[in-house]
Amino acid sequence: MAEAAAISGASTAGAHGSAARRLLANPRVVLGGAVLLFFALAAVFAPLIAPHDPVEQDLMLQYIPPVWSDKAEPGYLFGTDNLGRDILSRLIYGAQIALFVAVAAAAAAGLLGTVLGLLAGYLGGWVDTVISRLVEIWMAFPAVLLSIVLVAVMGTGLHSVIIAIAVIDWTRFCRVVRAETMAQKQQDYVASAVTVGLGRMHILWREILPNVLPLLIVLFTLEMGIAVIVEAILSYVNLSLASDFPTWGTMIADGRKYVNQAPWLMILPILCVIALVLALNALGDGLKDTLDPVMRK
Amino acid sequence: MSWSFLLRRLLLAIPTLFGVAAIVFVLLRVVPGDPIAMLIGPGATERDIAELRRLYGLDESIALQFVYYLEDLAGGNFGTSISMRQDVMELVLGRLPVTIELCLVAMLVAVGLGGAMALAGAYWRGRSGEAAVDGAAGFILAIPDFLWALLFILFVVVFALDGLPISGRIGHDVAFRGATGFLLIESLVRLRFDAFGSVLLHTVLPAFALALPLAAIIARVLKASIAEAMTQDYILMARVKGFSRARIVCRDALRNALVPTVTLTGVQFTFLVGGTVLVEKIFSYPGIGNMAIDAVINRDLPLIQGLVLTFAVLFIAINLLVDMSYALLNPRMRHG
Repeated sequence: MAEAAAISGASTAGAHGSAARRLLANPRVVLGGAVLLFFALAAVFAPLIAPHDPVEQDLMLQYIPPVWSDKAEPGYLFGTDNLGRDILSRLIYGAQIALFVAVAAAAAAGLLGTVLGLLAGYLGGWVDTVISRLVEIWMAFPAVLLSIVLVAVMGTGLHSVIIAIAVIDWTRFCRVVRAETMAQKQQDYVASAVTVGLGRMHILWREILPNVLPLLIVLFTLEMGIAVIVEAILSYVNLSLASDFPTWGTMIADGRKYVNQAPWLMILPILCVIALVLALNALGDGLKDTLDPVMRK
Repeated sequence: MSWSFLLRRLLLAIPTLFGVAAIVFVLLRVVPGDPIAMLIGPGATERDIAELRRLYGLDESIALQFVYYLEDLAGGNFGTSISMRQDVMELVLGRLPVTIELCLVAMLVAVGLGGAMALAGAYWRGRSGEAAVDGAAGFILAIPDFLWALLFILFVVVFALDGLPISGRIGHDVAFRGATGFLLIESLVRLRFDAFGSVLLHTVLPAFALALPLAAIIARVLKASIAEAMTQDYILMARVKGFSRARIVCRDALRNALVPTVTLTGVQFTFLVGGTVLVEKIFSYPGIGNMAIDAVINRDLPLIQGLVLTFAVLFIAINLLVDMSYALLNPRMRHG
């Protein structure tokens, strides 16, 4: 047993080493990761790098255009909004909220979906029937409408946004994990584990779960992209945080209101959302290409 | 396709609708928050509040409220909107044609654009033309419909394209009162081309925002199906006969590649309909999606329930149509 474990341990360590090399050789992973890192650094060091207080209003400084206009003011790189708040600072703090929601919501949705998917795929029978039927009913709802209803019901705030995303999107994880678990169940290593006499839960958590993990990392990355969009949607319809709080969605909503006076208000938050989502998609797709062969072996 | 197939599908829709109604009903009531609170003015007494609660049936237990609700539903009564104090059914039916027309225009755009992209990609297979189509489809798909909507607005404002309206459904200067909500169809039938043009112009941007993601999906799937069809023997036969590549791609391969695309387009069309919720809000387009957001913000329980049920009915109807068209396109399915 110990010898077998040591051998399998050594082979997985080798696989990890080559996987890391392959990851760095994949342009989508590198590019997506770099953009993600850029936003993550901005979010973490927001208090240090933001030139102004993101919620400080100054009605004397309304609608300053960004630096590429000749009416720009020094110190306000991307200009100010309808209440004279610095746009660059709001974008930087907005990255904090976007990334926090993305990680928390993807983790919550992933946890719920993975547990149910593993159970449905491994146990089969009535457990699988109940969980699969639940997934079907869930997917019959229009996602955007459901998220808006959920947040309206729970009250605004980041926790509602995170819960709403988890409650809606666990099905994405559940379906894929269930299918993958069913495939893994057919593998020889599961049969040997059963022969050796390991318990069902032990096999599920210690043997199958690690083999589903590469897939989970891919799903998690893609789900983060979805969460960024949903957060932007909910703050756009004013259901995420109080409107003076700097989320990209609220900035887009403000920009839509004053688009005729100040079209630049909308450009940068939209570009931030698109850049982060594209980065997460590229990273997820790149990871899928790189991790898939590892997983299949 | 037989009548029994249709009947069975229609019967199957009933438990689904019941499930949707039950989940939304319970969801909206188990959480704290009082819809009556927004109705009353500051001078209202306890008695006024109790009176209103009784009027809207909110003083009963949730189970009993649900039974009453189902009774009303069965009788075609969807309740009264709390924020607009009007019959929910009337409100929804008044706005539904707007959304249906918008979705149909968006669908036409998606099929046209996606189909053209797929044919171009299949025609230039293995050359830079195919790579361009793949790249465009990937880029379009990465950006959700509501961001496309906002980007279009930005584009119109920045480049001062005053001819393209970004809010509303018909110009204020156009005197046209439709007898139905289907302004696009009605204006055409009544030969009011000024009204038709105005409504169509107002529909262009929201329809394109809704259509782009679907167009990209159609492009991908249809291109893949055509590529698969191109490897079949009858294509070789057509080549031997000396038909041009354009003719082979557009006629022989396309016809046989349609079935998977139709199925997928139908499924994705439900997402397009769901997208109207935000896109209509962004363009102040007066359909049921726009109404849904206002209803949620106002905590208007009867209206939210009515709208969610309406969306569910639309989704079920679309899926049914997809299955029917599938049966028509694929003879082997007709006796399934």
